[in-house]
Amino acid sequence: MKIAIVKYNAGNIYSVDHALKRLGAEAIVTADKEVLMAADKVIFPGVGEAGTTMNHLRENHLDEVIKNLKQPVLGICLGMQLMCRHSEEGDAQCLDIFHTDVKLFRPTRHEDKVPHMGWNTLTNTRSELFRGFDKEEFVYFVHSFYVPLNEFTAAQTDYVLPYSSALHKDNFYATQFHPEKSGAVGERILKNFLEL
Amino acid sequence: MLAKRIIPCLDIKDGQTVKGTNFVNLRQAGDPVELGRAYSEQGADELVYLDITASHEGRKTFTDLVKRVAAHISIPFTVGGGINELSDVDRLLNAGADKVSINSSAIRRPQLVDEIARHFGSQVCVVAIDARQTETGWKCYLNGGRIETDRYLMDWAKEVNDRGAGEILFTSMNHDGVKTGYANEALAQLAEQLTIPVIASGGAGRMEHFRDAFTLGKADAALAASVFHFGEIGIPELKQYLCSQGINVRL
Repeated sequence: MKIAIVKYNAGNIYSVDHALKRLGAEAIVTADKEVLMAADKVIFPGVGEAGTTMNHLRENHLDEVIKNLKQPVLGICLGMQLMCRHSEEGDAQCLDIFHTDVKLFRPTRHEDKVPHMGWNTLTNTRSELFRGFDKEEFVYFVHSFYVPLNEFTAAQTDYVLPYSSALHKDNFYATQFHPEKSGAVGERILKNFLEL
Repeated sequence: MLAKRIIPCLDIKDGQTVKGTNFVNLRQAGDPVELGRAYSEQGADELVYLDITASHEGRKTFTDLVKRVAAHISIPFTVGGGINELSDVDRLLNAGADKVSINSSAIRRPQLVDEIARHFGSQVCVVAIDARQTETGWKCYLNGGRIETDRYLMDWAKEVNDRGAGEILFTSMNHDGVKTGYANEALAQLAEQLTIPVIASGGAGRMEHFRDAFTLGKADAALAASVFHFGEIGIPELKQYLCSQGINVRL
């Protein structure tokens, strides 16, 4: 199986590569359009700022490539947010794979800090990514912007408000949390994705 | 609900784990990658690797260690020690660290906090503060507790919060290594005054101490070293205990 990780100007890309290696899978980290289109699975990871990153993707024509992929695609963290329509972060027009907007957490209680950082639970999971889950599992989050609940919500998490911690539409899957940093549970999710 | 975090801290010298009592008398405690993986499997929520080697060769050894940790461990980890400029942060993040912890270098040049937050994001920037309770209040110290400064804990913590730090790692030098519990009053004061998470450090000896750091100290995470390294407290038992005390932890 050929796995491609989208290479762009975002951090944290190699963490995903390490996680795949721990599962015994080899991936290629690339910005090459042909390689991405020919892969069996594509992972779109990232930590960074939405506006800057979208500009980078457009300049390198990766926006059209990602939108038109037909194989299973997994967006992670910023990757998931960029797959939505618009982000409040940098007022960025994004890829619009998921027709929903990305908003900033605006907590009203002092205890709710931004970014949402640490381990939180997944509820109402409905996607092949969570196959084999028999309880509410903890996964690792680091983010200040969130996707509200919507028709594509594949898992939800409660922080400040209930929001989408995973999305799914056709061949596109996305997680707000970092499966590559979520211990055994995260490895299970990545394995489920590789087995799609 | 967001879980309270348990964080083992590994002090690294020349590629090996060590832990001092009251910041002196270092004892060996195992291979850093093996130890980190064992903690991860037992349920540690994050790890901190602190480089206490000062030499140039030591720094290269540490960067190689960070790469090995990133390859073998599937939970987030923070690295600290010897970070003075953005290029150090860049090198360690590139090696695979999730966050960096800065301490003396931030007191010497507070703009470093702004720079890290702007270049890499606040979530990357942990500011560690070593402080000792004196007659005039909690005073901050440099260089692993060897040099007293004229800064006070609360003022400094609020300043780095405003400059863009993502977390505060507060070590009470009065409590560190003596195993009588964390500095809960100061922790609670930090939690009330800051808008970023606070990690409690220094003083864990019994499981109740962790509970108190979360309840009385209102900490978001608790860090400890020797109680874990020498097997005095097991992470699975600790988490079961905290759960039984009504504290939300990842099981």
